[in-house]
Amino acid sequence: MNDMRIVERKVDTKEVKISAKDVQVYYGDNHAIKDVSVDIEDKTVTAFIGPSGCGKSTFLRCINRMNDTIDICRVTGDIAIDGEDIYDPKVDPVQLRAKVGIVFQKPNPFPKSIYDNVAYGPKIHGLAKTKADLDEIVEHALRRGAIWDEVKDRLHAPGTGLSGGQQQRLCIARAVATEPEVLLMDEPCSALDPIATAQVEELIDELRKSYSVVIVTHSMQQAARVSQKTAFFHLGSLVEYGETTTIFTNPVDPRTESYITGRIG
Amino acid sequence: MTDTGMTPAADVANKKSSLSVLDARTRKRHAAETRFRMYGMTAIAVGLLFLVFLFASILRSGLPAFTQTVLEIEFTLTQEEFDTAESKMLKTGEYQKIFARALTEQLNASGLDVDFDKKAIKRIVGKPGGTIRRFFLENPDRIGSSVAFELAASSRVDGYFNGRVTRDSLVDSRFLMASDLDLVDALEKAGIVKSAFNWNFITGTDSGVDNPGGAGLGASVIGSFFMMLVVLFLALPIGVAASIYLEEFAPKNRWTDLIEVNISNLAAVPSIVFGILGLAVFIQFAGLPQSAPLVGGLVLTLMTLPTIIISTRAALAAVPPSIRDAALGLGASKMQSVFHHVLPLAMPGILTGTIIGLAQALGETAPLLLIGMVGYVAREYPEGVVSGFTDANSAMPAQIYTWASRADPGFYEKAWGGIIILLLFLITMNAIAVILRRRFERRW
Repeated sequence: MNDMRIVERKVDTKEVKISAKDVQVYYGDNHAIKDVSVDIEDKTVTAFIGPSGCGKSTFLRCINRMNDTIDICRVTGDIAIDGEDIYDPKVDPVQLRAKVGIVFQKPNPFPKSIYDNVAYGPKIHGLAKTKADLDEIVEHALRRGAIWDEVKDRLHAPGTGLSGGQQQRLCIARAVATEPEVLLMDEPCSALDPIATAQVEELIDELRKSYSVVIVTHSMQQAARVSQKTAFFHLGSLVEYGETTTIFTNPVDPRTESYITGRIG
Repeated sequence: MTDTGMTPAADVANKKSSLSVLDARTRKRHAAETRFRMYGMTAIAVGLLFLVFLFASILRSGLPAFTQTVLEIEFTLTQEEFDTAESKMLKTGEYQKIFARALTEQLNASGLDVDFDKKAIKRIVGKPGGTIRRFFLENPDRIGSSVAFELAASSRVDGYFNGRVTRDSLVDSRFLMASDLDLVDALEKAGIVKSAFNWNFITGTDSGVDNPGGAGLGASVIGSFFMMLVVLFLALPIGVAASIYLEEFAPKNRWTDLIEVNISNLAAVPSIVFGILGLAVFIQFAGLPQSAPLVGGLVLTLMTLPTIIISTRAALAAVPPSIRDAALGLGASKMQSVFHHVLPLAMPGILTGTIIGLAQALGETAPLLLIGMVGYVAREYPEGVVSGFTDANSAMPAQIYTWASRADPGFYEKAWGGIIILLLFLITMNAIAVILRRRFERRW
């Protein structure tokens, strides 16, 4: 697996950004996440892998409380970001989501112009005082999304008119425009071709310098390529969590080994 | 898939059936498809046939309402004649005589000499004395100068010109005698009687039961207009707000389920039920004026609300959840995500639903029966905006219903003519709905 590696394995810090303890998630009567405890580090790419329906996306959505929008969903346990419990009644999920950005599986740009797509977040959070500020934020975000060169001449064209890969990078640019501290990515490359995937992966590695990135992926190669830490979920439980190299070369749990060698999942 | 040679499918393939010859099964499937297409086309053809039939009969019966046979009489009333007539007990009778004299003069001037009596004039143009007197009372400065009057002929004379009444079908009655038709023919020859576009039908007000010629839809169009204003300004905000709350904010529990079921049921409640509710609540309890467009509008608002709520909720539900997720994921509040993203995308659906609801309300008659708008003879235009809401008035469908139930056959064609105008309004509204939908439509 070493030949596929495009990123440094070295973890820059050991500072814990997100800390989850005994998280349980229920969809109605269905116990979707069981006793998940995990510490996610800052300035690190953490990959969640596991077979379909194992709860990795559900857990990801707990981190910015997107599950609140699902009526039957119930979350117990503690998830803390920088030591603050995000499920504390005092925490406003709206403020939390400004701090914890998310990129979804399917590119979902607003049916507005490319500019408006990126400017929307900064606008509602009041990040720009003037139009010039906003222009700068938009350009900066689009550059970080590695899409600036492709769209700089048509910022006022609809975002939905871009190709799938461009749309996904636009969504990433839109997410980073609000200056989050954590970026959650729910299978961001599942709708993309290998070239677009490579671009997004490079981008993820780039983003690691400033954010804690959590990525859910079905592709073990992708997890191996982009992440420093990997968590393997199976049937709603966190089976194994550790350095990506260790998980892929020397897993402790037999289920992890079966999954990464293609025997289950 | 390398071992297909061992499967039964391979045996079939080995028979080397030709692709250019249809096998029995394919033929059967084709036949079924052809039959299905035929059913569809037949259904559409039958539908179109009915539509053509409907339009043809509406136009055939209703178009005569837009023309009116008029008598054009020009004469000069002297001050002396005016004073004499005003001093009499039966003032309009005097004017009638003056009119008859002018008519004879005009006939003689054309070289025609036809005898007629007072009653024949009454049968042909009704009682023109009143109209003439009113004119001179309102315009005293015109006394002494030549004035041309256009007087509407009676409904049967009108029918004679439109082909509704013929000499063969005419039965002598107090309404029209066969002998009167000779006079009418003479008048036509003299150029006194002619057919003119009936502006009064569009702009005028309703007339009494014995004067279909003078009946107009104008006042009731205004009545309908004020009702639609009430409906628009109440039903749209209430309906949209209710839908947004139910669709986007309300928790899904037993109460909201109950509300949902009831809204759906309300859409199917017969409109006359809303009418009696309006009578009980708005008129008897709240003491609002009878026959007023305000009350009509309130009743129609109740009736339109479920339509608007259902279509708005459908439009909101049709916005992909990924858009909501995208906005929420960026840290937008629930309200921001709804008002910045969901609502603009649902707008075409909401507007279409609203306009269709309005169009439905515009054509609704049953609730107006109970609040007294049907049967009210709208003889006058409202004086201002406030009285437009509160003064008794009729509405288009109510007016049509009133006309259709009047005895004089002249009102029958007025009712059809009213239908044409009502349909024109409905077609216009639907066209606006289509245009708005096109204009606001966005893809995602």
